[in-house]
Order: sequence, then structure tokens, then C-alpha cells
Amino acid sequence: MTTRTHEPLAQTDHDHLPETGAEILVERERGWPSLRLWELWEARELLYFLVWRDVKVRYKQTALGVAWAVLQPILTVVVFTVFFNRVANISTGDVPYPVFALAGLVPWLFLANGVTIGSASLVANANVITKVYFPRLVIPTAATLSGAPDFAIAFVITLIVAACYGIFPTLAILAVPFVLLLVLATGLGASIWLSAANVEYRDVRYVVPVALQLWLLATPIVYPANQLHSPWNVILGLNPMAGAVEAFRWAVIGTPFPSVGLVLTSAVVALVMLGSGAFYFRAMERRFADII
Amino acid sequence: MQAADRVILADALSKRYKLGVRADRDKTLRDEITRHVASAGARVRRRPGSDDPARFTWALRDVSFEIERGEVVGIIGRNGAGKSTLLKILSRVTQPTSGRARIRGRLGSLLEVGTGFHGELTGRENVYLNGAILGMRRAEINRRFDEIVSFSEVEKFLDTPVKRYSTGMVVRLAFAVAAHLEPEILVVDEVLAVGDLGFQRKCIGKMSEVAGEGRTILFVSHNMAVIQALCSRGIFLERGAIHTDADIGEAVRSYLRSVEEDSLSDLADRQDRRGWNEVVLAGVDVIAPGGRGGIATGMPTRFVFRTRRQDSDDERRLSCTFTIVNSLGQPLATIASSDHGPQDVANERDLDVFVCEIDALPLVPGRYRLDVEIHGRAYLQDAVEGAATFDVAQGTLEGRPVAGGRPGDIAIPHRWIVPPLD
Repeated sequence: MTTRTHEPLAQTDHDHLPETGAEILVERERGWPSLRLWELWEARELLYFLVWRDVKVRYKQTALGVAWAVLQPILTVVVFTVFFNRVANISTGDVPYPVFALAGLVPWLFLANGVTIGSASLVANANVITKVYFPRLVIPTAATLSGAPDFAIAFVITLIVAACYGIFPTLAILAVPFVLLLVLATGLGASIWLSAANVEYRDVRYVVPVALQLWLLATPIVYPANQLHSPWNVILGLNPMAGAVEAFRWAVIGTPFPSVGLVLTSAVVALVMLGSGAFYFRAMERRFADII
Repeated sequence: MQAADRVILADALSKRYKLGVRADRDKTLRDEITRHVASAGARVRRRPGSDDPARFTWALRDVSFEIERGEVVGIIGRNGAGKSTLLKILSRVTQPTSGRARIRGRLGSLLEVGTGFHGELTGRENVYLNGAILGMRRAEINRRFDEIVSFSEVEKFLDTPVKRYSTGMVVRLAFAVAAHLEPEILVVDEVLAVGDLGFQRKCIGKMSEVAGEGRTILFVSHNMAVIQALCSRGIFLERGAIHTDADIGEAVRSYLRSVEEDSLSDLADRQDRRGWNEVVLAGVDVIAPGGRGGIATGMPTRFVFRTRRQDSDDERRLSCTFTIVNSLGQPLATIASSDHGPQDVANERDLDVFVCEIDALPLVPGRYRLDVEIHGRAYLQDAVEGAATFDVAQGTLEGRPVAGGRPGDIAIPHRWIVPPLD
């Protein structure tokens, strides 16, 4: 290799964003990746614009537009009620089945839609990735967040349907933002993992819908988790959506609070997914532009 | 210390790509799992070919240079010479395999016009989106919004979805956003190849304005006239390495000389091709039919293109497109066999040779080259710049002598008349 040396420009910390006058060093990254969270923070406006684009385009492009955000949870709950409640005879105690299913479905749809769009997001934005530099983590993050308006609509529908059955929210509803953080951490973790894997292995996109179906069944959405006893009620928490869905029901329609062990297990698993996903993504990111 | 004025320092930048990236695209999780399961049994898991040099190609090799503040540098070279790879590394889209670059100041890159434009969004919305993607803050876009819009000349259609815009309008709007990015270093790749002439002039004007403000520009183009007008220094890349790094005039001369030399060498040996190369251009001849003299203005001329198929069973239909380029690298005309006319005779006997005949060659005396593309169905099979060079001698067009040495390269048949007086 060359041994030619140049006088260094200035010994500034190259790890920081290229503000005016600052110097950046372009070279191959080796070893354990750095998350560069400050870069993500710097890119918050871009994140905002990408979320806004995804939301806007989705509502413009689909024939039903906003109506789909209303119809998707309602139609699904109707189907669930007919099959799981009437036919399979799953009982949900005091809570009417449609309310029970809807309150489980709403956070689930936020996750499932986010993961579906998020896992395909890098490949869908290949032309931008090969032309402009910005922190790539912004892309799956924006795609996952773009389901937020749909979630807000579905959330309001849940409150209305519950009220129709005479169930009104209590102070516990103030916990919804925290439950949402858990759903988001899970969804982001899955999106980041899958979107990066999808760049390398193009069949990931065929796996995602199937995996989501199985994940739906592993989550107490169509059935209640309260029949499970220790230690199964905590083991169920290894599926982070189990803790999220149970906690969401508690916060919105006043079902009994799930065991603390379940929620904590879910939270830890979600954070592990998010953290490991971010490192995997950053390690893969070095090659995105070359193989996408 | 003069190092204070140095904004880019590239030190032995190299970039290695795996060969057959397209095949890699089809890499699947299923194959990977099968491979791991199979090898777990055999216990001889070998990282396939990771050190086998035959599987790699160097797009850039040991490229070192320094650029000072305010320099306007043209990067020239043939397709595949590493120009785009270099710009991608400097704009941090891709990482070098080895070597490093130090960049001081905000670097804005324009590797493609309209990156991230979305057809469903309006012009106004796309200005914000594109600005954000290129690294502008919202406040910055707000401040420059009116300027961007008036530069783009699409005021009336600001609230129309971009999918209803003409290509020209999209290009104008996209360039307008990028032109107002105000980076300290601007990296531009061949974006002026699109858009109408008037707007191209405006863009070049804007770029020289930017250069005049003491900002640094790295500029890739195939148009030698534009490069020479805009740049003070030229870096001529050949096969991933710097061939010439000198003032722009010398770099362009060196490049054009090299293209010309290549066109004299055997076409089949040329490596600087693009496309799938299942069919390659094997030979090009420019001849005067009937063997009466050489190539001259106003004379009948034939362009003959011979192709070779890698697989003799390959029976796809081909089409041939060629561009006549003058000695400054400016394209003069493009002729495509896929544009049919009633005067064409389809060649049913031998699909591998294309012959294009011109009754009266409308070129003034001088030296010209041909850039040729061969397409098979929807795919680009082969593209060779400077596939042939030919000299046009003095001649007459419709009996009228055509003089060289004046501006322009095209001789147009014409007559002078006396208008009716009433």
C-alpha cells in the first residue's frame, strides 16, 4: 500500500457533523459500529419531512384514503368477533368481545403496518440512498412512524366503540403514551432489523407477512392472556407485543393490570431488539449503497 | 500556512467492487440458510472467494489530490473510469475500501437531479422534501423559497403534483433547489445533460456565480466545452487512477487524445464498456460507398456497425444507436435504428450488422468520433464511447463548397433566394 503521507489539515474531532469550518474524515469504518445518535438528532427535520411524505403519499395514493384507517380496524374486528367469539367461543369475561378485540388490535395494527412498511423502506428508497448521504436510520424510522395518524384515528374509534358498550376511560388512559413507546420500540426494532436484512437478502419481504401472521397469533389479541398462570404469563412477555397489548387494554378499557413481570419482560425485550437492531443496521449500512 | 486553504485532501482513495453485483442482488436468505446448514455438516465453511482477486474490480485505485478553497475542478474520463465512484466517496454515499479523504466545510452533492422527488407531491412540497434530503434546514428553505421558485420558472404549477410536470420542469425545479443549497463545496455529476439549452445556460451561469463567490466545485461532465468554460483545473481519470491532473486545457487535451487513441485500438479489446455485454460491438467502419474517395462533406457515407453475440444461440433482435461527437466532445446528432422510417430496409439476412447510410454528409471538415450503444430488447447490451474516429475532408454540399474553421460543425443544405417583390 501507499506510504505517502500528507500533512493533516487540522486535528479536529472528525466524529462530529460537518458544521461550517469543521472537518470530516471519509474512510472505511472498521470494527464495532458507532450509533452516531447525534447525527440522527441533527436529521430530525429530515425525519419529519419523510414521515410527512409517507403519510401524505399513502393517503393520496390509496383509493379509500383516510377511510382505510377507519375501515381496517372495524372490518378486522367484525371478522374476529364472528370467528373467534361466535364460532370458536373464546370468552373475554365482563368485556364485550368486539371492544376487547379492538383494544388489542389497534396497537397491533400500528406495529404490523409499521413493520410492513418499515422493512421494505430501505429498498424502496434505494435511489436516494445511492445519491445522497444522511443517517440511513432515518428511513426505517420515518416509515414506522408514518402509521401514527392511522393509529390516532383507530384510537378514537376504540374510545367511541367502547363508549357505545358503556365502557369509559379512567385516569389509566394517561399511561397510553408509555404503552405507545413500548409499541414503537418494538416496531422500530423489528423494522430496523428487517429493512437492513432486506437489502442483503431480497426474500425477507416474503417472510415478513408470514412472520407477522404468526406474531399476531402469539400475541393475546383475539384471546385474553389472563388464563395463563405463572411462569407462562411472564414467558409470554418475551413477545414484547404481549406486554404492550395487555397494558394498552388496561389503560383504555380498564381490564385488570397485567403482571408487572410480563410488562417488564416485554420492555426489556423491546429495548434489546431496538438496540441490537441499531447496531446491526449500522454495521450493514457500510455496504448499503454498494449492494442495494 | 497554506494548508488553511485546503478544503479536500484525498489520500490514496481506493474502492473495490465485487464483480457480478447483479448476481449478488438475487442473494437470498434461503440460499444463505441452506449454505450454512450444509456447511455445518461438512465443517468446512469457507468464506466464498473473499480473497480471490478475480472476483473483484477496482473502481478507484490510489487516487490522491488536494483541492484548495475556490477551485473549480472538472473530473473527466470515460464511462467506468471511476468519476462517479470518486464523487460518491467524497459525498459519503459509499465508503472507500482503503485510503481516506479529509473534507473541510459543508459539502453538497448533486449526483442526480431530483433525488427523492415524489410524483404525488406538489412542486411546493417537493421543494421542501428535496431540500431536506439534500441537507437544508427548514428555516433555510423558507428563506430561499421565493428565490428557488423564481429560478425554476415553474411558479404557476407550484401546487400541481409533480407527476403532471414535463421532464424539463422537474429538472428545472430540482436544479433550482440544489443550486440554492449554498454549500462550501459543491459536487455535481453530469446533471446538465438534461434540460433545455436555455436552462442549461442558466445552470452554468449559476454555477459560475457560485464559483465566483469563492466556493469550491467538483464537476463531472462529458461536455468538454462546458467543462472548459467552467473549470480551471482538470483531473482526468482512467481505469480508476489519475492520468492527468493539470490545468483544464491540458487535461481535456490529454483526455481527447486518449479517446482518439483508443478508437484506433481493437474494439473487442476495449474494457471501458457499459451494459450487459452479452452482445458486444465488434467493429465500426465509416466508409464512402463505391470506394470513390474518402469521407468528405456532402459525400454519401456509410456507418457500419458489427456486433458479436457471446452465445451463438442468442436470437434476440438488436438495435443500434450512435452519436456523432465533435472534437470538443460535444454531441452533434444521435441516430437510432429503432426510429423507423419508410426508407429503411430491414436486414433480415444478418441481424448482426447495422449499416446506416447518409446521402450527403452534413458535417464541416474536421475530426469526429462515434459513441455507440447496442440494445437488445429492453436492455443496454453495450456502450462504447469513441468507438471510431473519422476525419471529414473538404467537399461540397449540393455543389456548394463548405468551408471549415467557422463556428459550428453542421453543414445545412440551403439556397439564397430573391423574395417576390410585391
